[in-house]
Amino acid sequence: MAQITCIDATLGYEDGVVTEGLSFTVETGDCLCILGENGSGKSTLVKALLGLKPVLRGKIERDPALTGIGYLPQQTVVQRDFPASVREIVRSGCLARMGLRPFYSAEDKALADRTMEQLGIASLAGHCYRDLSGGQQQRVLLARALCATRSMLLLDEPVTGLDPKAQIDLYELIAKLNRDGITIIMVTHDVNAAVRYASHILHIGGGKQRFFGTVDAYKESSIGKAFLAEGGA
Amino acid sequence: MNGLQTLVDYFVNYPFVRYAFAVGLLIALCASLLGVTLVLKRFSFIGDGLSHVAFGAMAVAAVTGLTNRMAIVLPVTLLSAVLLLRTGKNTKIKGDAAVAMISVGALAIGYMLMNLFPTSANISGDVCSTLFGSTSILTLQKSDVAVCVVMAAIVLTVFVLFYHQIFAVTFDESFCSAIGVRANVYNLVIAVITAIIIVLAMNLVGSLLISALIIFPALSAMRVFKSFLSVIICSSVISVVCAAVGIVLSILFSTPVGSTIVTADIVVFLGFWITSVIIGRTRV
Ligand SMILES: Nc1ncnc2c1ncn2[C@@H]1O[C@H](COP(=O)(O)OP(=O)(O)OP(=O)(O)O)[C@@H](O)[C@H]1O
Ligand SMILES: [Mg+2]
Repeated sequence: MAQITCIDATLGYEDGVVTEGLSFTVETGDCLCILGENGSGKSTLVKALLGLKPVLRGKIERDPALTGIGYLPQQTVVQRDFPASVREIVRSGCLARMGLRPFYSAEDKALADRTMEQLGIASLAGHCYRDLSGGQQQRVLLARALCATRSMLLLDEPVTGLDPKAQIDLYELIAKLNRDGITIIMVTHDVNAAVRYASHILHIGGGKQRFFGTVDAYKESSIGKAFLAEGGA
Repeated sequence: MNGLQTLVDYFVNYPFVRYAFAVGLLIALCASLLGVTLVLKRFSFIGDGLSHVAFGAMAVAAVTGLTNRMAIVLPVTLLSAVLLLRTGKNTKIKGDAAVAMISVGALAIGYMLMNLFPTSANISGDVCSTLFGSTSILTLQKSDVAVCVVMAAIVLTVFVLFYHQIFAVTFDESFCSAIGVRANVYNLVIAVITAIIIVLAMNLVGSLLISALIIFPALSAMRVFKSFLSVIICSSVISVVCAAVGIVLSILFSTPVGSTIVTADIVVFLGFWITSVIIGRTRV
């Protein structure tokens, strides 16, 4: 059954429409990559899918049973002086399933520790987030997103700031999660990674949806060929 | 140790001294807990705005001759807290401008009402004590103490129960909404307990100094500590110690309670600031 259905949705801000005519579905277990140039509205779309932003027209329907969503924002504006340790931030990913229990369960804590281990930030657990490098901060937010993920993971340019090895590790990790049945929606500028790992591609640009379909169909399409030729050079 | 002797005598012989301590320390504790969140959410201005609203409401209550002032002051302050947090986010009027408007407006109207319908001969004395805290903390009745203890208990319970949510909403509100934590609800919770604390603290330090009580301990702790929990703990310790020292000094030297407490907070802030500079130096 479709987890997210987008029907002729128009996205934008008070000062204007960013993109319109978005129609696609995301099924359980899909890996959807969203492509498009800067400012085409990818991040806006991700926020709309999460319900953080209303659509201007059209509809985005989410399966009401859909919970356990992880999210990696493209930018997190954290106040310069914010005192928060890496551990505190990663654990906050477990918050959604805490309900009214006022503390984290042993299971949540173990999950947070495991995830930090996986992303190579276990040694930073006690450090202050604001004293970390950009790539380290990105890993912390990834760990937090992974802790929240039970059925779906939305990533807005997840490899930004990561070193090449960490990028490959991350893509492999995402592929593994996807094989385990987690739905992935990922914004990326890396076309090669997109066609390698995605099951579906959504390409937006010029204020509208340019392509939606499977990866194979994308490779055959004219827009896909053109984009791959540029990006794969 | 003459001063100490006097103090012990006071404490043993006069219940109002014990009441003042109980109320003062509880309010200081609550204010500092919320202070960290408010400073980090850039809501530190809200203490200021709300306290002026509470001042205006107090004036209305005084003019209408209500005996139970809380009945007006608390609901009005609560409502304004909720409204201010809303405007801060959604509308075209920027949050800080909205707060400035409301707070200055409430202050002006409150002062005017007090002048138009004077309830006592000494208006400026009345105004002064509402703004800077009266010595009324030393004239508390048992019932006042009971109200304060209940309110403080509510604030502390809510804070402990929702500690993790409050942290997460403070750190990254949109992430919370995205993963299905109802950020708006917790923002509302924060607004409501802020309003309660402000109404309580008006008795202690008066409406002008409430912000100091909320902000200084948090800023001091943030200079030195680097995790949320340690900052919370440190700022509550600072706040409680300063309140205790302030009350003691004000009794010994008969200085105004509110200003003495705030002065103690400022001294501690300077201490932490210098410490952080020194630590920063040696670490590099
Ligand atoms: N908060 C906002 N208010 C008004 N306009 C906005 C806001 N955020 C984004 N926009 C506009 O919406 C458009 C799309 O922005 P968006 O962040 O979705 O782009 P993007 O596709 O994610 O780009 P990038 O590749 O740089 O991340 C841009 O033209 C931007 O100016
Ligand atoms: Mg973007």
